[in-house]
This record gives sequence, C-alpha cells and structure tokens, in this order.
Amino acid sequence: MSDLMKVSSNPHIRSKATTSGIMGAVCVALLPATAFGVYNFGLHALLLILVTVASTVLTEFVYEKLMKKRVTVTDLSAMVTGLLLALNLPPAAPLWIGVIGGVFAILVVKMLFGGLGQNFMNPALGARCFLLISFTSIMTNFDCDAYTGATPLAALKAGESVNVMDMIIGRTSGTIGETSMIAIVIGACILILLDVIDLRIPGTYIVTFVIFITLFGGRGFDTAFISAQLAGGGLMLGAFFMATDYVTRPITKNGQYLFGIFLGIMTGIFRLFGPGAEGVSYAIILGNLLVPLIEKITVPKAFGKGGERV
Amino acid sequence: MNRAGERLYNGLIKENPTFVLMLGMCPTLAVTTSAINGLGMGLTTMVVLALSNAIISLLRNIIPDKVRIPAFIVIIASFVTLVQMLLQAYLPFLYDALGIYIPLIVVNCIILGRAEAYASKNPVIPSLFDGIGMGLGFSFALTCIGAVRELIGAGQLFGIHVMPASYVPVSIFIMAPGAFFVLAALTALQNKIKRAGEKKGKDMSKVQSGCSEDCMNCKESGCSHRFFGEDKKENENKEGEVK
Repeated sequence: MSDLMKVSSNPHIRSKATTSGIMGAVCVALLPATAFGVYNFGLHALLLILVTVASTVLTEFVYEKLMKKRVTVTDLSAMVTGLLLALNLPPAAPLWIGVIGGVFAILVVKMLFGGLGQNFMNPALGARCFLLISFTSIMTNFDCDAYTGATPLAALKAGESVNVMDMIIGRTSGTIGETSMIAIVIGACILILLDVIDLRIPGTYIVTFVIFITLFGGRGFDTAFISAQLAGGGLMLGAFFMATDYVTRPITKNGQYLFGIFLGIMTGIFRLFGPGAEGVSYAIILGNLLVPLIEKITVPKAFGKGGERV
Repeated sequence: MNRAGERLYNGLIKENPTFVLMLGMCPTLAVTTSAINGLGMGLTTMVVLALSNAIISLLRNIIPDKVRIPAFIVIIASFVTLVQMLLQAYLPFLYDALGIYIPLIVVNCIILGRAEAYASKNPVIPSLFDGIGMGLGFSFALTCIGAVRELIGAGQLFGIHVMPASYVPVSIFIMAPGAFFVLAALTALQNKIKRAGEKKGKDMSKVQSGCSEDCMNCKESGCSHRFFGEDKKENENKEGEVK
C-alpha cells in the first residue's frame, strides 16, 4: 500500500528501452544488407565497412577522452553511424574515404553539436554529403570487380531499360548497402517487429514519392518504372534506416507525416529534375534541417487550450 | 606618432575586424577561396577604408549629424568606384575573381563602422592609421582563411603546388561550406588562446569575441551591440524588490 502512495516527480511512465538496446537492434537489422553487400561486392567492401566503423567508434572514444567527458562508445550509436555511412559508400572507394567520412560524421556533425541527441542532422548522411561534394569522382564511381557501368538509376535516367528483378534482389551496381531491396526490407521488418521504428515516416515517404513520380515522371502509372525507382538507389535504406533516426526526425505524429511527405517530394524533385540520378541523402538532410520548424507548427494543443471560447 | 602605432596595433590584433569584432562576414566567407583572393580583397578594402576614414575625419565638423550616414556612404562609394576602375584597368584577374564583392565594399560594415565609431570623432592622422590598421587586420584574417582553404581544398598556396602529388584535394573547402568550417575553427582557436590567457590571470577582456558587458566604461569603439546597463540594472532592481 505504501508503494502505491509514493509521490514522485515525472516521468511516471517508464520503458525498458535503452539507447544501446535500440542501437543494437538497428545494427542487427542492418546485418542482412551488410552481408549481401559483402557477398555482392567482395572482400574490399568488408574491409571498407570495418575501417569506417572503427573510425567512427575510435573518433568518439578519443574525443570524449580528450574532452574529459563520459565515454559513450558502449551505447553503440557510433557503430550504427559507421555502419550506415559504410553502406552508403561505393564498394571500390579507397579505405581513407571511410576514415575521413567517419571522423567528419562523429567529430563535426555529432560531437561538436553536443553528442548523441543534440546533432541537427543525421551524422552518416552529413558525412556522405561531405564526401560526395569533396571527392565527387571517387564517390560517384561505382565500377568495381563485380560490376561496371552506370547504376540502375543513372541508366533509367538516361532512358535505358533496367532489369527490375535484379534490382529487387540486389545484383546491380551501387553503394555497398543500398542495392538489395529484399535485404533492406527484411531488416526493416525486424525493426518494426521490435517496435524500434514505425511505418509513419517510411510509409508517407514512399507513398508520396510514388504519387510524385506518377504525376511528374512523364510515364504515367508505369509499374516497371515505379518499381525500378523504388528498388533503385538509396530510397529503401534512407526511408527505413535514416529518415527514422530518433534524433533528427520530428517528435509529433503529424510532424512525422509532414516530414515523410516533404522527403517524398524532395526526392522526387531531385531524381526527376536534378542533374544527378540520386537525391535521397540530400532530401533527408534538408528534411532534418526543417525539423525544428515542422515541430513548431505541429505542437499538440494542451487539454483545454485552443478552440472557440463560448 | 605614438597614437598612429597604437591604431595599427588595435586594428591588427586587439580589435581585429574579422576574428574579434566579427564584422564584414559576407566578403570574408565569399571571396576567400584562395590566399591571393583574400589578400586582394583585404588590401582593396584597406585602401578604401584608409582614404574614406581620412576624408570623413576632415569633414567631421561640416557634416550635419542628421545626414551623416548618407554623407559617409557617398564618400565611401566614390572611393569604391575609383578603386574598382583601377582594379579593372591594372589587375583584371583580381577584378574577375572578386566580381560583385568589389562594388559591395560600399556596404561593408567595417568601413561604415569605423567611419561612425572613430573617424567622425577623431583627427585626420589617427583616423587614417585606424583605417590602415583595420584594413591590415582584415587582410591578415582573409589571407589566413584563404590560405587554409586553398591548402586543403586545392593543395596549393598562393597558386603554387605545395602538397605531394598523391594528395587528393578536399574540394568542399574551396566551396561555400568550407568557409564556415575554417572560420569556425580559427575563431575557436582564438577563443582557446583567450581562455588559456585568462587561466594565467591575465586581463584578456580586450582580446575576445564577446564583451565584458560594461558598455559605460568600455573602450571598444567598434562594438555593434551596445547597451548602457539600463536593462540589467532594472532587472537587478526588480530582483532586489522581490527579495
């Protein structure tokens, strides 16, 4: 009885979820895509993944030691960042690209803004865009031992036909982790079943994108074209693993719908009207920057506030 | 002449317009893609700054207070036009590289700031040297930023290759984002030096980017956010009443 009478400050509802638990789940969910990437592109891809993850974790450790802060490497968030960044690199990229990207992601995008929970944009995507702008030729060269030639999206943009089945399975060129739609969706299912993410952002994102390319793609409702656009590039990886990043997505439900719609429209604009074939990463970091505004206009009304006074 | 030397030191170090006063950020970020561009912009600004300071100081007793800003602008704009035509004639490569930012020197807040804060209240010679000092400080800062950006972003320094051939330039540094990275890093470095000085017990209040919040007794003539302690005092009074 005395337990029931205990008075304490909020929060009153607690959950057993921990940062390391959630980050661990994301790591596990990324494993199918990672494994397929290594199988598809060979040993160098594995080496690149390991180097990138090591550099993010090490950067966080060294920075926190130097700044005499609590070392938060064990919450696995740096590992997730490293893994996501590596999956966004072309398979033939030299290893130092992974190191520079990892250091930039953790040091500049995450730590300088205050560490986990304070970063205003997804560290992995911030680093990918940094690398893409800095080393354009390396980051857009998808030739490797297994594949040569344009990525499916670039071929699609040039008006060539692509094999949609290959794209869904992942036997195409592209970044290490983005090619296999099946592997990514398996990972996404794991996350949804574990209740780490929900379908609000990915769902609105993908639906908006489909509507956009149907309206403006110039091919009407062409299933082959639409499924190729969905399976190609980083759309699936971005929608399920990066747009849903806890730190850089809106908190409110309506905000999340708005966020997904914005991402879908921006990705469509970048892919259809932009100079490049891909635009998922730019769309998501642009969306990240808009999150404070989105949250401002979707603040839920407190009970008893608003409405008409009688 | 001692005062002239003091003005030079003031502009270069104590009140460096870029690193300390944080003025003129637009040209600082935009034109520093290489060391030579930074130096060119800095020196161009210095010429305009020194000459306009001198003329404004000469006319300080004639210009009516109410129309002083338009009068300053007319004087500054005349010099900018002069310098622009000279650059176009004799240094066309620099003229092309700096582009729109030459005419924009007219609205450079360092120049207007010095005219308002110093030249309109002081005699000609110190005003001239104040302009030269501030201009040198600006040139120094722009050259530093330009050199770092050129070194990382293109592997060069003043147009000469200095990095080994295997170095892959990080080209983001000669684009707009690079300017922010480098400026932030250099300002952080300066704050770090200031902190270290404070720990040793030195009075570092004059070597800083912020201020000591005592505007009544402050000699920082280029400060852009003046307040005269009224708000603060009011707050203190209110707190006192509550207590």
